[in-house]
Amino acid sequence: MSRKILEVRGLSRIHGKGCPLCTQHTGPEFDTNICPFCGSVVAAHDINFDLYRGEILGIIGESGSGKSSTVKMLYFDDAPTFGQATFFDGAEQHDLFSLNAAQQRSMRNKRFGMVYQNPHMGLNFQISAGGNIAERLLMSDLKHYAEIRRRAGELLSRTEVSLARIDQNPKTFSGGMQQRVQIAKALATRPPLLFLDEVTTGLDLSVQAAILDLILEIQNELDTAMIVVTHDLGVIRLLAGRTLVMKHGRVIESGLTDQILEDPQHAYTQRLVASAL
Amino acid sequence: MNSNYELPLEDAGYSFGFLDEYAKKEVRRCILKAIAIPGYQTPYASREMPMGRGFGTGGLQITLSLIGVQDTLKVIDQGSDDSVNAVNLRQFVQLTCPGVDVTEKTEEASLLQSRHRIPEKPLTEAQILILQVPYPDALVVVEASEARRKIMHAEADYSRLLVKLYEDIVHFDEITISHRYPTRINGHYVIDPSPIPRWDVPKLHQSKALVLLGAGREKKIYAVPPYTLAEPLVFDDIAFRVEDFRDATGVRHACRCCGSTVSFLDEFSNDQGMVAYQCSDSAYCEEQQQTGSAA
Repeated sequence: MSRKILEVRGLSRIHGKGCPLCTQHTGPEFDTNICPFCGSVVAAHDINFDLYRGEILGIIGESGSGKSSTVKMLYFDDAPTFGQATFFDGAEQHDLFSLNAAQQRSMRNKRFGMVYQNPHMGLNFQISAGGNIAERLLMSDLKHYAEIRRRAGELLSRTEVSLARIDQNPKTFSGGMQQRVQIAKALATRPPLLFLDEVTTGLDLSVQAAILDLILEIQNELDTAMIVVTHDLGVIRLLAGRTLVMKHGRVIESGLTDQILEDPQHAYTQRLVASAL
Repeated sequence: MNSNYELPLEDAGYSFGFLDEYAKKEVRRCILKAIAIPGYQTPYASREMPMGRGFGTGGLQITLSLIGVQDTLKVIDQGSDDSVNAVNLRQFVQLTCPGVDVTEKTEEASLLQSRHRIPEKPLTEAQILILQVPYPDALVVVEASEARRKIMHAEADYSRLLVKLYEDIVHFDEITISHRYPTRINGHYVIDPSPIPRWDVPKLHQSKALVLLGAGREKKIYAVPPYTLAEPLVFDDIAFRVEDFRDATGVRHACRCCGSTVSFLDEFSNDQGMVAYQCSDSAYCEEQQQTGSAA
């Protein structure tokens, strides 16, 4: 059985009415992603990659380069202008953008996980930390209270959140702890594919390190495939086996992370690596 | 209502049942749709009634659309036939539906319009229970957007309601919903069964009578057809329980009038702080007193 879990081909997102020249007159060589003819923003264009089970793929680039747009489309937060994504779920194969809205929601609730930069987007701050995890479990049709409590406790322990705080509201938690609850929530249904969008941004270095260790442990333990979006080269170096470098909505370089960091080919990547070192 | 006032039925050209025939037909069509899709909130063109929204206009429009001269009507409010709301609604129907009989006895009625209670006496296949509903959507407590609620209903996604129950158990060791208990009808739609107490929720399950629920202000009608599943939303390992009216020693309170220990009780406190209990269903209580057969 193939270990491929996701195949993305020609994924594009244009904000605005768009014109036939949009994609030809934007990109790194034009140093803009705004079409000079119609003013549309080419957030992402012609993104292609494969992702394998248990693999961590990094997407790096500056603000506005299209890395978050790419993940948003794959998590159904936004619809692509064109392109295809195929999700391989065991023996089943799903063309993600051909699914209807209900199927997309089901896929999102049961087979994908998402950890946002801002915990307010991923957590419900009206309910307890355990309640947040329970919500995911209930969505996947688990209706046994004791089992939900057990699983929520297990997940919080796994993400190093004290069990004593399971019934407390996450708004009383520190930023790092909120992020760990978010990870626990995303993992509740044991999704084969997890998206992490700038998960360590805004956290201090020691907390960042703990979160990154946790992500690596989870990857080893559950064989979860992950797409990590970041502008931090350190995160990419630690987590990702392969990396896409994006600029102005285009992938300008892709390959093994070590190769990209040690021997960057594109001028932008060279500047990025040099500035970090 | 002013006892000297008579509705000028002929002068004003009111049709039987106050509503014009077209309006009644439209309501009946919505009722049919509601019966065909148990628990689904059918939108309808709720008419202006000569009373404020929230005073039972939804239930009243259903009653007026269904009632005929052969019908016998019973109107109750919080279990009582004599409360202001019940008396006024009954008088209004008597004024606008000449020839219709009214009764206080549950078994005599063919149509029962009720606010917040289901009678203690089991209903029959020949009866229709009409419940007045203030808030038709059970999801409104967890989701403000009606568009999103519609999607959640369509996909039978009630996980957020269950999270509310989860939070209740976590914080209070039990589900604290006392009325409007979310109830799943026919295995799909979860309804707000109107503000009936938990005590009445099991009466919806496989009910012999047709139960119609009308929300005039929110312009929705929904139904629990006869012999239909009506299951309160619960976890697999935590059973639904109704009010037990037991004191600290575990003894069940009895009605101060008829002595019943098997009915839903209202609690009264007097000026001295003494607490007493009395049947909420006044017709049932009177019957128990007359027959002297209280349990």
